[in-house]
Amino acid sequence: MASVSLDTINPKVLKCEYAVRGEIVTLAQALQEELKSKPGSHSFDEILYCNIGNPQSLGQPPITFFREVLALCDHPSILDKSQTRSLFSADAIKRARQILDQIPGRATGAYSHSQGIKGLRDTIAAGIESRDGFAADPNDIFLTDGASPAVHLMMQLLIRSEKDGILCPIPQYPLYSASIALRGGTLVPYYLDEAAGWGLEVSELKKQWADAKSKGITPRALVVINPGNPTGQVLAENNQRGIVDFCKKEGLVLLADEVYQENVYVPEKKFHSFKKVARSMGYGEKDISVVSFQSVSKGYYGECGKRGGYMEVTGFGPEIREQIYKLASVNLCSNISGQILSSLVMSPPKVGDESYESFSAEKDGILSSLARRAKTLEDAFNTLEGVTCNKAEGAMYLFPCISLPEKAIKAAEAVKTTPDNFYCRRLLNATGIVFVPGSGFRQAPGTWHCRCTILPQEDKIPAVVSRLTEFHRSFMEEFRE
Amino acid sequence: MAPRALDYESLNENVKKVQYAVRGELYLRASELQKEGKKIIFTNVGNPHALGQKPLSFPRQVVALCQAPFLLDDPNVGLLFPADAIAKAKHYLALTAGGLGAYSDSRGMPGVRKEVADFIERRDGYPSDPELIFLTDGASKGVMQILNTIIRGESDGVLVPVPQYPLYSAAISLFGGSLVPYYLEETENWGLDVNNLRQSVAQARYKGITVKAMVIINPGNPTGQCLSESNLREILRFCYQENLALLGDEVYQQNIYQDERPFISARKVMMGMGPPISKEVQLVSFHTVSKGYWGECGQRGGYFEMTNIPPKTVDEIYKVASVSLSPNVPAQIFMGLMVNPLKPGDISYEQFIRESKGVLESLRRRARMMTDGFNSCKNVICNFTEGAMYSFPQIQLPPKAIEAAKRAGKVPDVFYCLKLLEATGISTVPGSGFGQKDGVFHLRTTILPAEEEMPEIMDSFKKFNNEFMEQYDDRSGYSRM
Repeated sequence: MASVSLDTINPKVLKCEYAVRGEIVTLAQALQEELKSKPGSHSFDEILYCNIGNPQSLGQPPITFFREVLALCDHPSILDKSQTRSLFSADAIKRARQILDQIPGRATGAYSHSQGIKGLRDTIAAGIESRDGFAADPNDIFLTDGASPAVHLMMQLLIRSEKDGILCPIPQYPLYSASIALRGGTLVPYYLDEAAGWGLEVSELKKQWADAKSKGITPRALVVINPGNPTGQVLAENNQRGIVDFCKKEGLVLLADEVYQENVYVPEKKFHSFKKVARSMGYGEKDISVVSFQSVSKGYYGECGKRGGYMEVTGFGPEIREQIYKLASVNLCSNISGQILSSLVMSPPKVGDESYESFSAEKDGILSSLARRAKTLEDAFNTLEGVTCNKAEGAMYLFPCISLPEKAIKAAEAVKTTPDNFYCRRLLNATGIVFVPGSGFRQAPGTWHCRCTILPQEDKIPAVVSRLTEFHRSFMEEFRE
Repeated sequence: MAPRALDYESLNENVKKVQYAVRGELYLRASELQKEGKKIIFTNVGNPHALGQKPLSFPRQVVALCQAPFLLDDPNVGLLFPADAIAKAKHYLALTAGGLGAYSDSRGMPGVRKEVADFIERRDGYPSDPELIFLTDGASKGVMQILNTIIRGESDGVLVPVPQYPLYSAAISLFGGSLVPYYLEETENWGLDVNNLRQSVAQARYKGITVKAMVIINPGNPTGQCLSESNLREILRFCYQENLALLGDEVYQQNIYQDERPFISARKVMMGMGPPISKEVQLVSFHTVSKGYWGECGQRGGYFEMTNIPPKTVDEIYKVASVSLSPNVPAQIFMGLMVNPLKPGDISYEQFIRESKGVLESLRRRARMMTDGFNSCKNVICNFTEGAMYSFPQIQLPPKAIEAAKRAGKVPDVFYCLKLLEATGISTVPGSGFGQKDGVFHLRTTILPAEEEMPEIMDSFKKFNNEFMEQYDDRSGYSRM
C-alpha cells in the first residue's frame, strides 16, 4: 500500500475545508474551459467570479504610487539614472531611496530579519500609532506572506489538542475553521445575529464559552473579524469594549482580523482597532493579549497577489515572543516586496506630497465605487423573492439569506448536496455567476445563504443583477409548491 | 488565576520542541554585537545578496516592469529597459489573472507551471505534468505542506540525513512526527551508505515507528556532497522496497563545483530505472529561486513537483494550498524566468551569461579557498564543498575546551562558535544545529563572503583557531574525541 494515499495521510488534512476555492469554483473553471472551446454552448458568454475577494483579478487598478515604489525597489540600479525621473514621480523615487536605505546593502533579494526589515516595522508602528493614537512597538510586529500565515502561526501556538477551543463567529471566513482543523483543535461557534445587522452579543459569547467548558473544552482565544467577512458589519465601539472586557475576564487571546479596516462604506460607522479600544479602556500589556492582523490584499489597494501583511502581537511575555520568533525563523522571512508594500499601506502619501492628489483620487475613486456596488447589489438582493440581505457596512461581500422552498431542499438532498450549494450550482450553470454557498462559512442551522463579492467592475454589475434576478425568478417558479 | 492561553506553560508543546539553529543562539548573539557596533560577517545562512552578490539584471528589469505596467505605455521606457525585458514583462503579465496584484491559481499560474514542466523535461529527458507542479512561497513552505500531509502523529517517522538542514527536524517536531536519522559518512566524503539506511529503519520499526518517507538533500546541506547516479539508484530501490515516499530537496542543483558528479535529479534516475520503480515510488522534488546563481532569497519563490502521488492525495494537497490562497506572484515570475532563461541572440543574453558565469565560477573558487583554508589547520578536517553553498569543517576540540564549554553551560561547538564570533565577527552555525555523531564537532559557514574578503576571513579564522588551541590544548598532538 502506497505510503502517501488518502487512507494514510494526515487525517486533519482530510478534515480541513475551504469553500472559497472549493467545488463551485472548480465547476466554474470547467465551464470557462467549455466557453473557450465551444463558444455559444451556454446562454452566457463569460463567467462572473463573485466568489473571492480578489479585486485586481476583476479589473481594479493598483495604486500607482505603491507600484512605482515597488518597481524601483525591485530594480534599484535605475534610481541613479537621469531617465528615471522622466518615468517615475519624484516622491516615489524619494520613498524608494528611503526604504532601500533601511535594507542592508539595498539587497531586496536577501532574506531579512525574520520579523521583517526593522525600518519597515518602524514605519508600520508609526502608522499604527497615527491611526490609533496609542503607541505601537516595532518589536511586536511580525511581517508575513499575507495575513493568513500569521493566523496559522497563532493557531499553531495555541492549539495543543482537540480539547483546545477557539471561539469563532458564525458565519466566519473559513480560514479559521480550516486552520483549526489542520491543527486538530475545536472550533467553538458563537452566532452573529442576522436580525440585528449581524450583531455580536457578549451574552452569546458567554453562553458559548460556558457551553464549551461544560464539554471539557478549554477556550483559548476569540476570533473577531472586523469589518466582518462574510457578513460585512462594522462593530460599534461599545460592542468592542464588551468584547475586550470578556476576553480580559476569561483570559482569552483576542485574535482581531482587521484586514478590511479601510473598507467602511457607511458614515455612521468607523473602524476602531481592538488594540486602540483596549488601550482607551486603560488596559495595557498585562491586562489582555491582543493579536491584530492586517493585510495588503484588501482596502483600496487590493494587492492580493503580493502576499503582504503582518500581525501585531501585544500583551504576552518575552518567552512567548521568542517562540513566535522561532516559528517565524524556520521560514526565514516573508517576501520583501510584500514587506515594503505593508509599510506603504500603513504610511501612504500625505497632504503636500507630490503624489498625494493623484493617490487620493485613486483611493477615493475605488472606495466610493465599492460603496456604490455594495448598495446596488444589496438592493438587488432585497428585491428577490424570499431573500433578505443585510447591508454591507464594510469589507467586500454581501451575504443574503435565501428562504429556499421545501421542494428545492428536497431536490438538493436527492443529489446529496446542501440546499445552498444546490442553488449556487444552478445559478452558475444558468448564468455563469459564481457565488460561494453559505455552508462554506457556516450559518445558523436551517438558514441558507450565499456569499457574493461586490468586486465585479461597475459596468458588469447590471449584468450580474439582471441575470441573477432572472435566474432567481425562474428557480422559485420551478420549485414552487 | 488559571494559566492564560499565551502563558509559556500553556503553549503547544510541539512548538516548544522546534529548534532552528540557523537563526538561533549564534545569530541572535551576532545581531546583538552588530548593534553594539562590531563588524559581523554573517555566514550563518545561505543568503548571497546579503554578502554583496548582485541580483541578475534581467529578471529585476522584467519584474520591475510587471510591478508598474503603466511604464510599458510610456514612450520613454526604452531608455531604461531593454526590448527583451519589455517583451518578457508583457509575456508574464499576460499569464497572470489580472497582474501582480491578483491571487493566482492556488497552485501558481498555469503558464509558469508549464514553463517549469518544460524545464524539467529539458533537464531530465522525461516529460513532466504542470498539473503536478505547485509553486510555493519558497521551497520551505512546500516542504512544510508535504510533511504536514504525511505525518499523522508521533508514530510516523521520516528518515532525515544527519547532518541535515534543520528545516526538516523543525517541521517534523512541529507536526508531531518522529525524525529517523540516517548518518552520512564523513570519512567517505559524506557518502550515503544504504546499510546505514537499513539500520536506521530497522531501529525505528523496532520502536514501533512507521517510517513513511525519506529526505535526501542533493547537493547536500550542510555537507555539500553531490550524490552519484548509482547512489540515487540505491536510494530509489530502497524506497521502493521499504514503501517510502522520497522527498528530494534539490534546491542547490545549480551549485556544482566539481565535474566528477554533475547534478542528476532523483526523478531522472527514477524514470530511467523503468517500472515498477518509475511507476510506484512516490517522489516529491523541491526547487527554489533562492539559491543557484540567482540567490533571490527575499522573493520567496519555490516549487514542488509530485510523481506517482494518487490524484485524491493531490486534491487534498491542493485543498490545503488553497487555504493560503496563492503563492506570491512576483516570485512566480522569477521562477518562470529562472526555468525559461534567455537564449543566444536575445539582447540581454550576453550580459545574463556573463553575470551568471561570474557568480558560479567565483563560488567554485571560494569553495576551494575555504576548504583548503580549513584543512591547513591541524585540528580541522574539511571535506570539499562539492556543491551547495556551505563549508562544514570538523573541528577537533581538546578535552580542556570541552570542559570549559560544560562549565559555561554550552554545547562544545556552540562554545567554540561563540568564541569565534566574539574574536573575529564571523557568525557561523554550530554543527549541533544540523546533527552530527556524538563527540564530533563541526561548524557550518557559507562560501558566500566576497572573494576579495576570503583570504582575510580565512586568516582571521586561523589566527583565532590557533589561539584557541593554544589556550585549551597543552599537547602538540590531538586525538579525535
